[in-house]
Amino acid sequence: MEPIEANFAESELELPSEPVGLNMGPSHPAMHGTIRMVLKLDGETVVGVDVQPGYLHRGQEKMGERGTWQQFFPYTDRLNYVSPMLNNVGYAMAVEKLLGIAVPRKAQILRVIHGELSRITDHLTSNGAVAMELGAMTPFLWFLKVREWIWEVQEAETGARMTHSYLRIGGTAHPPTPNFVGTVRGLMPRVLDTVREVEALLLRNRIFLDRTQGVGCLDRKLAASMGASGPVLRSAGVDYDVRKDKPYLTYGEVDFDVPVGTDGDNYDRFMVRLEEIRQSVRIILQSCDLLEKIEPGSPDDAVGVDDARITMPDKHAVYTTIEGTIRHFKLVMEGIQVPAGEIYQYTEGGNGELGFFLASRGGGNPWRIRVRGPCFFSLQCCAPMITHGMIGDIVPTFGSINMIGGECDR
Amino acid sequence: MAKILLDRLKEQFGDDVIATSSFRGDEVAEVKPGAWKDAARFLRDDSSCQCDYFVDLSAVDNLGCAEAEKGRFEVYVIVHSLGRKHRVRLITRVDGNEPILDSLVDVYSGANWQERECYDMFGIRFRGHPDLRRILLYEEFQGHPLRKDYAANKSQPLVPYRDGTFDKLGPFLADEGMPFNRSPSRDIPGDR
Amino acid sequence: MGNVAAVQGGSSGFFTTTFDALLGWARKYSLFQYPFATACCGMEFFATAGPKYDLARFGAEAPRFSPRQSDVLWVVGTISQRQAPVLKRIYEQMLEPKWVIAFGTCASCGGFYDNYATVPGIDKIIPCDVYVPGCPPRPEAVLDGLMLLMDKIGRGDRTPAMVKNTALPEGAGEHLERLYQLRMKETT
Repeated sequence: MEPIEANFAESELELPSEPVGLNMGPSHPAMHGTIRMVLKLDGETVVGVDVQPGYLHRGQEKMGERGTWQQFFPYTDRLNYVSPMLNNVGYAMAVEKLLGIAVPRKAQILRVIHGELSRITDHLTSNGAVAMELGAMTPFLWFLKVREWIWEVQEAETGARMTHSYLRIGGTAHPPTPNFVGTVRGLMPRVLDTVREVEALLLRNRIFLDRTQGVGCLDRKLAASMGASGPVLRSAGVDYDVRKDKPYLTYGEVDFDVPVGTDGDNYDRFMVRLEEIRQSVRIILQSCDLLEKIEPGSPDDAVGVDDARITMPDKHAVYTTIEGTIRHFKLVMEGIQVPAGEIYQYTEGGNGELGFFLASRGGGNPWRIRVRGPCFFSLQCCAPMITHGMIGDIVPTFGSINMIGGECDR
Repeated sequence: MAKILLDRLKEQFGDDVIATSSFRGDEVAEVKPGAWKDAARFLRDDSSCQCDYFVDLSAVDNLGCAEAEKGRFEVYVIVHSLGRKHRVRLITRVDGNEPILDSLVDVYSGANWQERECYDMFGIRFRGHPDLRRILLYEEFQGHPLRKDYAANKSQPLVPYRDGTFDKLGPFLADEGMPFNRSPSRDIPGDR
Repeated sequence: MGNVAAVQGGSSGFFTTTFDALLGWARKYSLFQYPFATACCGMEFFATAGPKYDLARFGAEAPRFSPRQSDVLWVVGTISQRQAPVLKRIYEQMLEPKWVIAFGTCASCGGFYDNYATVPGIDKIIPCDVYVPGCPPRPEAVLDGLMLLMDKIGRGDRTPAMVKNTALPEGAGEHLERLYQLRMKETT
């Protein structure tokens, strides 16, 4: 028998074919739970895709309008739930911008340290999930082990492993524990060791490299026009990081680099995140040094702004003095009175530019809270990344975007 | 910081720019709805603006406050320049129960899903949008939840609830419990 | 033979023969999960299945992403109104005997998303066996819920139950105080 010549075009076949529709999600292991993709396939190649988010729409923006300004903090934790402190930081800074107040230095440094710890957990989870979806279970479990260490530290500080709600408008909820700096300093080398071990496992593995290099490429102009940010944009070659462009808190005083990729493929996103873990460790260690340099008892040493209309009084004053009781009552029942106006404040979240647009019409209730979640924009870039790839390529591409449902669908 | 953007917009569009302001470091320019798309395109293409990065597009419903006299919905778009590192917020106001505005999809591709979200949450339609359908909610949903006259707990279940269960479990039943909204001045119809 | 109807979701069925008790014992130590993970609780679910708080020691480790192959539906995270038909369909596709664990407050009662978008608890759409409250619940609470479910499977009990705070055992107070002092002293 002669072998069949396989180099004729599809249209020359006697039986013309139509694309097959396939539904992926919304309950699918690789779709991180809540994205539905309606694919049009030609064999294994994706010729069209309709990405449908919204299966985790919880109405957080509407809930923001129903309470006071401080009551929105738990909702912010549940936006990007793998890096909850970064969302807290973003929202607290947005309200403080509207109020026009400055936060004491100690609170700023604490925000930086906790934020970077959250960024590390974000990248650990994301990279671990990408590796797991490609078949490498071990890096995921090792990263989970490291994440547990970080969560233990954050639990000792904030009271919760994951949904901290540690920040308040004007500072943090309470001062750090006495051995916070020591514990964090001891933890960072162990984090780096595990990252090194995982790199040794993955980065020379032929399967990993073939499935991530050259797959899911994103063009830089399209990425900028789509509004992608964070590792997705930086892997495409655009050097945009809010911490460097518009330094906030004490990011201007610490020395760190921003990793930028070249091709915009999955491998670049994976490597950018891995490298950002190292840079976050650098920031944390330098910030620990800055924290220790603060004079105890100086105005910098406070963890809340010294304004009775914003910071909650301490419990002893609430129960023993009438002023404390009244202050507590007014702050809780009426909310912090924020002047009228509209602002947009942005910080570098785990996935990119996390922005909060707040509209106030005076009073203690927000008029509108809008969350500019970076993964909504990254997910929009997903469609061009997977079109003309194969079904199997959807899995690492989608994983490397780090779509977090809470932030995407709000 | 981004005053140049406001100045260039005023030079180019003259009367179409209703107001410009700067509040807490944010530069804002308000334009008439007719000039919405042209202003966005100008911000992207003009050599001294070069706002090639799309940041955000959304809306605010002003029903019930003084701002509503100028137009019920305030739609804003924030654009940024990666090269020049400046950004501006462009706003416009649209009115009515079924407001309509030009789509910015031709100018910034990121506006696609943002406009779908505005339509979903506020009911603002965008002329020229390739695929205007709901994005965060389901097709069968009636109404637009982020409007001020949509009660937050008015749910429209797709799957009918099982017998023997009711909408609110104890300790708070449907007519008990403290309402969230503490300010007595805000009386939203239909809200608890 | 025992009362077969009791196994299939009777109101308070209990096993009556040794064979059914054996079946209950076998089922409870070999649960295949369907992790219907949607939101933040998914992170605690990974942590519970991870190396520190191990699900594998209960035999409940194997995730099967097909409803045809799984026994326990772990509803992890908020179920929005849009996701509800999907959840119902997955539940209906599972084969008997099947159990449901509502992991987290959003799955148990809607959580603090008391609004148009969220189903106020999955028991509005599917019957639920164990509720594990918490936002997110600590892995210890999840394991408590799993052990509660395993106990119920072993007895053939289908009444819904909830994980409650347990009282500390004798001597636990002093032990915790000593651990706290140690933690405050240590400088790693």
